Formats: sequence, structure tokens, C-alpha cells
Amino acid sequence: MADVNRGNRPLSPFMIGQVYRPQITSVLSIIHRITGVAMAASGALIVWWFIAAATGEDYFEFADGLLTSWIGTLVMLASLWALWYHFCNGLRHLWWDLGRGFELDQVTRSGMVTLVASAVLTVFTVIVVM
Amino acid sequence: MQFRTDRQRATGLGAAKEGVGHWWNQRVTAVALAVLVLLFIWPLGSALGEDYDEVLETYRNPFNAIVAILMFATAFYHLKLGLQVVIEDYVHGKAMRTALLLANTLLCAFFGIAGVFAVVKIALGA
Repeated sequence: MADVNRGNRPLSPFMIGQVYRPQITSVLSIIHRITGVAMAASGALIVWWFIAAATGEDYFEFADGLLTSWIGTLVMLASLWALWYHFCNGLRHLWWDLGRGFELDQVTRSGMVTLVASAVLTVFTVIVVM
Repeated sequence: MQFRTDRQRATGLGAAKEGVGHWWNQRVTAVALAVLVLLFIWPLGSALGEDYDEVLETYRNPFNAIVAILMFATAFYHLKLGLQVVIEDYVHGKAMRTALLLANTLLCAFFGIAGVFAVVKIALGA
């Protein structure tokens, strides 16, 4: 490779805040990653809940009790927001993949819409499934 | 002797030797998940914290079961692709990177298949 300084340059996202001013685009981008990685745990928990339901009533009560305890509820609530955020920002990515919405004012606006929509969808989901 | 021309061996492949397969599969699963999430979240949210019998009944419904099966299969494949990129971006030691990539592939396959199995078992009468 022609790039001889491979190991020494600041790498995204670790440059944000130290070398590079945080912007809505970069911050939302890293949140997309963080929510994606975090949902690995959410997915494993949900699969565990399904396996418990498939195993028997006693084991299901244990798994369901854990997921609906106050800490479980908190984790599920955070997972729900992560899901809606990743969903909204994912649609934003797919829109970009079509080659649209790349102007600065457009990415800022779609970023704000993503933040608001993920919060609204989270609250809406909680209200509907309660 | 090489029977394939240089051009033929290079067509469709980038520097990573797999072309845009990874990128494309991530997008295909993303489009599928955009729909599946909307169908998966409501019955799941309602079933969480419900009685055992009601949960079983929810996923004995063929529509809910099929959505859940598609969701697990697609989501864990999408997760595998995404985590792979994160590992490739941030983990640089060869041994650690290989170990994590292997663990990622195996664990995503495990949870995806386990989830599908659980739904099938419930749907066909656990």
C-alpha cells in the first residue's frame, strides 16, 4: 500500500471530539453502530425468552420474570429505542444508497427526523403494547 | 495453464476478493428487516410479560410464527455482517481478530438457528 502512515493516523470514530468537531452526521453515524452492536445482546435475550417458552412453563416464568423485572424492563426499553433508531437511520442509509439526500441541509434534517422519530416510535410502541 | 483470462478473474471482485457481496447482502437484509421489524415488534411486545399459555398461543398463529422465523434468520445474518465490519475496523491483532470473527460467525448462526427452532417448536405444539 502507498499509505505508509497506516498505524498513526486518527481513526473514526475515535477522532470525534479529540481531532474533529462532533457533528450531527458523525454522532448519528456512531450511534447507528453502537445501537447495532448493543442489539446483539437484545437479540440474544429475546431468543433466550423464546427458547424458554419452547422449553416449559417453569423455565418460561423464570426468563419472562427476568425480562419484565425493573432492570429487564429498562433493558427492553433501551433495546426498543435502539431498534427504532437503527430502523430510522437504516432507512436514511438506504435512501443515501439510492444516491439521494446528500446535501448538507438534507443530512442535517434527516438526522433530526431520525432522532425525533425514534423517540416517538418508542413511546408509541410502549403505549400500544402495554 | 490458466484457462480464465485476467479480466474474467477480476470481474465483480474488489480488493477484498468478494466483490460487493457483503455490502449488497447487508442492504438486502436491511430492506427485509425494515418490513419484518414492523410485523415482529407488536405481537412480541404484547406477549412479553403475558401468561405462558397466551405466549404459546401468540406464536401458534402461523402468521406470527412465520414472521418470527424470518425475523430471526434475517436479523442474525444482518447482525453477523454488521459485527464483522465492526471487528474488522477496530481489532487489529491477527489472532484476536480471527478469533472474534470466528466467534461472531458461530454465535450469530447459533442464536439465529436457536430462535428459529424455538418458534417452530412452539408453533407445532411445544
